[in-house]
Amino acid sequence: MTSMTFKGMDIVSIRDLTIDQIEQVLDLSEKMIPYATGEKITKALDGKILANLFFEPSTRTRLSFESAMSRAGGKCIEITLPQTSSTVKGETLADTIRMVEAYSDAIVLRHPHEGASRLAAHFSKKPVINAGDGAGQHPTQTLLDLFTIKQQLGGISGKNVVLVGDLKYGRTVHSLAEALAMFGAELTFVAPPLLQMPNETAKLLENEGVKARLCSNLEDVIADADVLYVTRIQKERFPDLSEYEKVAGCYRIDNILLREAKKSLVIMHPLPRVDEIAPEVDMTENAKYFQQAFNGVPVRMALLTMILGGELR
Amino acid sequence: MKDFRVTPIRNGTVIDHIECGQALKVLRIIKVTGDVRSTVSVLMHVPSKKEGWKDVVKVEDRELDPREVDKISLIAPKATINIIRDFNVAEKYSVTMPDVVKGIIKCGNHNCITNKNEPVEPEFIVESKLPVVLRCKYCDRNQEDFAERLA
Repeated sequence: MTSMTFKGMDIVSIRDLTIDQIEQVLDLSEKMIPYATGEKITKALDGKILANLFFEPSTRTRLSFESAMSRAGGKCIEITLPQTSSTVKGETLADTIRMVEAYSDAIVLRHPHEGASRLAAHFSKKPVINAGDGAGQHPTQTLLDLFTIKQQLGGISGKNVVLVGDLKYGRTVHSLAEALAMFGAELTFVAPPLLQMPNETAKLLENEGVKARLCSNLEDVIADADVLYVTRIQKERFPDLSEYEKVAGCYRIDNILLREAKKSLVIMHPLPRVDEIAPEVDMTENAKYFQQAFNGVPVRMALLTMILGGELR
Repeated sequence: MKDFRVTPIRNGTVIDHIECGQALKVLRIIKVTGDVRSTVSVLMHVPSKKEGWKDVVKVEDRELDPREVDKISLIAPKATINIIRDFNVAEKYSVTMPDVVKGIIKCGNHNCITNKNEPVEPEFIVESKLPVVLRCKYCDRNQEDFAERLA
C-alpha cells in the first residue's frame, strides 16, 4: 500500500498533516504491528537509507526509528554524538543537511534549537522528519500517542485527556494537545502556574474551538479522566535552576491516587520518567506507557513507508 | 492641519494616522535619533477624524524606502504616507502589511535556529493584522515586544 500524497513529505509539525492523513498513518500503523514484532517480515523499504541525526540525547526515539527502518527492510546511517561530526568544526546545520541528503533517502533530526527541522526541510530536497527541536515539536511522538489512545479506548473524540506535569517546556504535550483538539477530545491541563501550557498553544486550541480546563491539583480531575498523560519536569529545559527546584516532584502518580480513577483509565508517559509515576503503578492494568513506547515502532514504520513510497508486501 | 502650528514642508514625507503613542518608534525606524540636518516635526495625540486621536511625523528632505514602510506597517497598520515635493502631495498611499515579514527583525526566541548563525533570514507569518501577531516560520513562536526590535 502506498499513499502518493505522503511521498517525499516533510513532517516538521503535527500541523503539517490533515486529520485524514493522520488517520491514514494510524490505519497503516495497525497493519504494521505483526511486522514490528517480527512475527511477519516485510521488505517495504528495501534499498532505502534513513539518516538519523541526533544532536541531543535520545533513547526511545532513536532506537525506535532504527528498529522501524530495519523491520521495514531498510537501513540507517547516523550521527548520534555531535562531538564526532563536523558540527564541532563549526559547520552549520544547513551544510550538514545538504551533505547528509546526498547519502540518504530521508532524514530524521533531533536538535536542541527550536525551528531546526523547519530549517533542515528548507535546505533538503529529501524528506525531513522532526524528532524533537528544543522545546518545540515532536510530531512522531504525537502520532504514536494518538495511536495508543485509539488502540486502548477505541477512539479519541469525546475522551477526556488530562495532561499533567511540565506543559510549558514539554514538547510532546504541545503537539499532542493540538492533535487531540483536531480529533475532538476534551482537554484538561494540570500544571503549576509556572509550567502551564504556553499562550500560543492555548490560542491554537481556541481556534480549533477547544476550551481546555486548567488546574493545578490533580486530585480535582482524576475521577473524570479517560487518559492521564504524565510528563517529566525537565530539568534541562529550565533557564533558571531555582525555578526548577520550586516545581520538581510536585506530581506523583501512585496507587492511592488511582483509587479515585476510572477502572478503564489509560496512563501514558513519553518516558523517560524520574519519580512522577511510582513503580507500583507499572503492575496495574492502567499502565500503558511501555505499550506506548513499543507503538513507536509500528507508527514510525507506517510513516516511513508512506513518506518513502514503500509497499507493504 | 491649521491647529497643529506646524508649517507645511517643501520636500519630504508626512507619515499620518499613526496609532497614538507610536510616533517615537516610527522615528527610530526611520533612524531619526537626534543628529538631524532637516526639520522633523512630531505631533502626538492630535485629533483625528477617522480614529479619534493619532500621531503624525513630518520629515523634511527624506523619502522612505520600502523596508522602512514595511516596518512602519507593523506598528502603525493604519498609517498613510504622503510624499511631498515642492509643497504638493506628489504621492499618497496607505501602508500595507505584508502576509510574510522577511528579514527585518530577528526572532525574539533566543533558542530559535535563526539566531544561531545559520544562512537564513528570519521569516514571520502575519497571523493577524489587528492586533498584529507575528509567528516565526521556523520556531513557531509568536513574537512579543517586536516593536522594540524593529528599530
